[in-house]
Amino acid sequence: MNKLSTLRQDWLGNVRGDLLAGVVVALALIPEAIAFSIIAGVDPKVGLYASFCIAVVISFTGGRPGMISAATGAMALLMIGLVKEHGLQYLLAATLLTGVLQIIAGALKLGSVMRFISRSVVTGFVNALAILIFMAQLPELTNVPWAVYAMTAAGLAIIYLFPRLTKVVPSPLVAIVVLTVVAILLKLDIRTVGDMGELPDSLPVFLLPDVPLNLETLRIILPVSATLAVVGLLESLLTAKIVDDLTDTPSDKNREAMGQGVANIASGFIGGMAGCAMIGQSVINVKSGGRGRLSALTAGVVLLMLVVFAGPWVKQIPMAALVAVMIMVSIGTFSWGSLAALKTNPKTSSVVMVATVVVTVFTHDLAKGVLTGVLLSGLFFARKVGQVLHVGSTSHEDGRARHYTVTGQVFFASADQFIAGFDFREALERVRIDVGRAHFWDLSAVGALDTVVVKFRREGTEVEILGMNEASATLVDRLGVHDKPDAVERLMGH
Amino acid sequence: MSEQLIGQAHLNIGGKVLAAIDPSVYSESVAHYAAWAAHRLAAPLEYLHVLDRHPEHAESKDLSGSLALGAQDALMKELASLDESKSKLGQERGRLLLKHAQAIAQAFHGVEAETKLRHGALVDELTQQEADVRLFVLGKRGEHADFAKGHLGGQVERAVRAVHRPLLVVSRAYTEVSKILVAFDGSPTTRKGIEMIAGSPLFRGMHVDVLTVGKESDAASQGLEWALSTLTHAGLGSRGLVVAGDPEEVISRRVNEESVDLLVMGAYGHSRIRQLIVGSTTTSVLRTCRIPVLLLR
Repeated sequence: MNKLSTLRQDWLGNVRGDLLAGVVVALALIPEAIAFSIIAGVDPKVGLYASFCIAVVISFTGGRPGMISAATGAMALLMIGLVKEHGLQYLLAATLLTGVLQIIAGALKLGSVMRFISRSVVTGFVNALAILIFMAQLPELTNVPWAVYAMTAAGLAIIYLFPRLTKVVPSPLVAIVVLTVVAILLKLDIRTVGDMGELPDSLPVFLLPDVPLNLETLRIILPVSATLAVVGLLESLLTAKIVDDLTDTPSDKNREAMGQGVANIASGFIGGMAGCAMIGQSVINVKSGGRGRLSALTAGVVLLMLVVFAGPWVKQIPMAALVAVMIMVSIGTFSWGSLAALKTNPKTSSVVMVATVVVTVFTHDLAKGVLTGVLLSGLFFARKVGQVLHVGSTSHEDGRARHYTVTGQVFFASADQFIAGFDFREALERVRIDVGRAHFWDLSAVGALDTVVVKFRREGTEVEILGMNEASATLVDRLGVHDKPDAVERLMGH
Repeated sequence: MSEQLIGQAHLNIGGKVLAAIDPSVYSESVAHYAAWAAHRLAAPLEYLHVLDRHPEHAESKDLSGSLALGAQDALMKELASLDESKSKLGQERGRLLLKHAQAIAQAFHGVEAETKLRHGALVDELTQQEADVRLFVLGKRGEHADFAKGHLGGQVERAVRAVHRPLLVVSRAYTEVSKILVAFDGSPTTRKGIEMIAGSPLFRGMHVDVLTVGKESDAASQGLEWALSTLTHAGLGSRGLVVAGDPEEVISRRVNEESVDLLVMGAYGHSRIRQLIVGSTTTSVLRTCRIPVLLLR
């Protein structure tokens, strides 16, 4: 009963809003799908079929109602090499494998790994994505007649100024229609969508990728598929989080991961490329009043109908109009607030963000950028926590004995600092080291303590260690903090 | 079965009377009936108002489809402030409603009531609190229900299915209760119901009629005889009647003709499939009778 009513709410809770938003999203998806196909180096129909298929399938299988998934720039950028060297059929096979990997990730509940991705990495991801989308437009803007610049500028003007007149009609659509009409009337000799490759002329059909089923194929597609799967999940779960925040509703991240996998498999079987959730489109969807699963379904279906039945007109759209739309998407995706925050945020956070962006922009691979960011934030965190360590001491027995008291965190990042806290030059008969208020987190910490003991012994000093049991409780991997309410208290306080 | 017994027994054992208040026209009558029941049962009374959000439904629509600078932050701010003002308004209204109900309980029934204001979904709140409740009181229709005549509120229907305690579904106006009609079919559920009525302070000194819908038969009249003797034994004036026909029609005709104040009947079945298909009698009786109905589980 509960499931049934959730289902009803997900699908029929907001019918009017979802239908309208779905249409708006479909109109915005068309230029993006075409543009991303061009980035990947395939015919526009590959991206359009993919966008249709992913949007429709994810509306059933996804874990985040109101989120829009389709062919995306982040994924397209990862396919360029594969398409260039091996062709479309290998891309389709890689798409299928991507889906399988994502389903496995979802089944293993890897969605929870997202918690290791800090806010700075997320900001870096979003900014890098925006920059990549923008850079992908540059080929359309270099060595072209002046008319293209004029058209692009006019397109941007319409997109940003038209909403001041009315918010009932999507301004990107107005820009595309106006620019197309102008280009046809003036008989401008500029590139159009039709020049970029084949458009869909029919409904998609089921087909198997035409690749040999052997290990060689797997060797070719596996690295690409693995990266695609990771980037797809990253952007999807990130977007899910954004939609969660916008709508103040929860989502099922693991179901979303598996749903993305199913959608990609379906896309691969009808000749589409791999895709994932789209930040920009999801924001547009929520802004247009989309909340339920119906909006993604509507977006997919309307997109296909428009493209199949309005194909001849879609062909005439000048590339300049698409470039304008994509520039808007990149500007809207970029987190401008993060630039201002560079001054006020902690230096380490800024470094993490910028490093994520720089690595991504240079490698064109969001996975590498995010990995860099995660590693850096981990190291910075270790360094910070390593500073929480104090070695104090008091002299006893007329200078013949010394009591050291260690307080704080001892682990790989603070082991050297720990050793440096002891004065081995002091001639002593006895040393007492109280580690009862310290935490030994790893073997580096234990090794450092061993070093200290051996060094003292060599100086002819007797060493006594107090509180080792408490200090090494943290060595055990499973701290069992959860099973006693006072465990955390004791861990931090002893 | 055991669940049903526990449910009925609960009317006479500990626990509070929990009444759901909302901004509908039923709210005052809910306040009255709940206070009346709490007074007679000598049970603690609590009024509950649930602020249900509808995040699945979008409030604002901007179809411009454009993403300006910082679009996401701007949208976040807009949506958050929209929710904020709505929530604040809802809270204020909720507190007023609860205060009003409290005043009714105080002034007309001399009962002190607790109030509770919660975020969430009504049905979830009701089932969560179930353990300490002996009687739920609800209006026939909620704020959001379609006001087409005779339409039963969706929330009410869901609540009736979800909870395992006696549930008083009240009509629009409050009237003193003195004449009771019990729909009796001789089943263990309704037999337990008769025993519960006989033992409950809620019905003390009232006039209880027992109606069996179906053909005249030995079993029917035997059952009826047992019911009447149980009730008379408890000092409740009672008459019995066996009428053939369609249950919902017979019951509502009887209610109108005899100007009954309160109808007591069994609620929906417990099996999942039955919940979906059967139980239509309960629903349509709830719909057609313009008097409060006490549903036994």
